[in-house]
Amino acid sequence: MTLREIKDLLDAEVLVGYDQLDKEIKTAFGADLMSDVLAFAKAGSLLLTGLTNPQVIRTSDVLDIAAIIMVRGKRPSPETLRLAEELLIPVLTTKYILFETAGKLYAKGIVGCMERVDDERAFT
Amino acid sequence: MYLEDIVKALNLRVVSGEERLSADVLGGYVGDLLSDVMANSKEGDLWITRQIHQNIVAVASLKDHAGIILIQGCEPAADTLDKARKEGIPIMVTDMPGFEVIGRVYNMLATKKGPDPST
Amino acid sequence: MAAWKGLTTNVLSHEPAIYENSFPVEGGTYENAGHVSSQIKALLKRMKISKEVVRRAALVTYESEINICSYARSGKIVLRVTPEHVMIEAIDEGQGIVDIELAMQEGYSTATDRIREMGFGAGMGLCNIKNFSDFFRITSEIGKGTHLKMVIRIDKDFDGI
Repeated sequence: MTLREIKDLLDAEVLVGYDQLDKEIKTAFGADLMSDVLAFAKAGSLLLTGLTNPQVIRTSDVLDIAAIIMVRGKRPSPETLRLAEELLIPVLTTKYILFETAGKLYAKGIVGCMERVDDERAFT
Repeated sequence: MYLEDIVKALNLRVVSGEERLSADVLGGYVGDLLSDVMANSKEGDLWITRQIHQNIVAVASLKDHAGIILIQGCEPAADTLDKARKEGIPIMVTDMPGFEVIGRVYNMLATKKGPDPST
Repeated sequence: MAAWKGLTTNVLSHEPAIYENSFPVEGGTYENAGHVSSQIKALLKRMKISKEVVRRAALVTYESEINICSYARSGKIVLRVTPEHVMIEAIDEGQGIVDIELAMQEGYSTATDRIREMGFGAGMGLCNIKNFSDFFRITSEIGKGTHLKMVIRIDKDFDGI
C-alpha cells in the first residue's frame, strides 16, 4: 500500500512529506511508548501514535520509520514539524483513534511487527 | 459482540475476571498512557495495552471497560492480577503484536456492526 | 559494580580507530535530546556501514542519550569505530544507579511523570541497550554518575569498511 492510499483511507492530512506519498508500506506499529517502538518496530514500518513530541521524530529517524501517523486529530508543535522536515520523515494526522486507524490498515493487508527486532539479526 | 467470542477467536489466555466474559464489547481503545485512556476511552470498550501495573485495573474499572488485553507477551504484575481478580476485571494476555490484535478485534466489531463503525 | 554481557575483556583496545569523537549531551532537558544520535547515525551511514549495524548503533545511542537527558546533570557520548566494531560509550555525571540488577529488569523504572509523558520510562531502555548490542557493560557510582559501554560487531561480509 502506498502512503497516498493510506492517506486517503484514513482521511489524513499531510503535515510533512508531500513528496514522499509514493512510498510503499507493508508493516505498521502502533504504540505510545517510544521504548516499545525501539524494541519492536521494523525499518520501513508506519508508526501510529498518540504522541506528538519531538522524540517521536527522533525515534523514527533512529529506526528508519517510513512515516508517522498521529492519531485522534493530534497536531504536533512547530518544533516537532521542523525536526520532521529536517530529517525528511513524513508526518500525517488523522481524526481516527488508534484502534480505528490500525483496524482499517489491518483490513487492507498491512501487517504488524511480529518479533523483537533483535531476534532477526543477521548474526548472533 | 460478547467478550468470550473475541477470546475464542483470538485464542486469548484469560487470567482474571473469567466470570465476566459475557460482557458486551461495544468498541475498542488502544493506549499506553493512562491519562489518554481515562480521557478518551468509552464505556464497554475493550482496552488494548502493554501497560502491566496495577493502575490499569483502576482505569478499566472507572471507565467500565469490557476488559483489558495485554499484548506482545506482556504479563500483568502480581498486584495487578490480585486487584483485577478482586474487582472482577477481565484481563486477557496474548503473544500477538498490538497491531494484529487491534486489526482482528476491529474487524470482528466492524463485521458485527456493519462496514464502517467509525463514521 | 558491573554487569556484563558478552566478552569480559576489552575487545577494542588493540584495534586502530577509523573514527573517534566525543559528543557532549546536556542533562536535565529534552530540548536537544536525540540530536547526538541523529549525528552519529548520519556519520556511520557515511562510513558505508550496513543498515542493520547503523540502526542498532543509533538505537543504543539514542536510549543512552535519553537516559542522560532524563537522569543526569551532564554527559557525553563517545563514538569509536574500528574495522571490526562500533563502540559507543555514554558517560554521565549524575545521581548514579543504586541497584544495577534492579535497573536492568524489564519494566523497572524510576521515571517521573514528565519522562513518561515523552513516551519513555517504561523500564525498557537498558534492556533495549543490552539486547541490541553484542557487548554491553554498565558501571555506576552513586552520586557520581553512570558509564555505559556498548559494542556492535561489524559483519565484514556485509560491510565494506
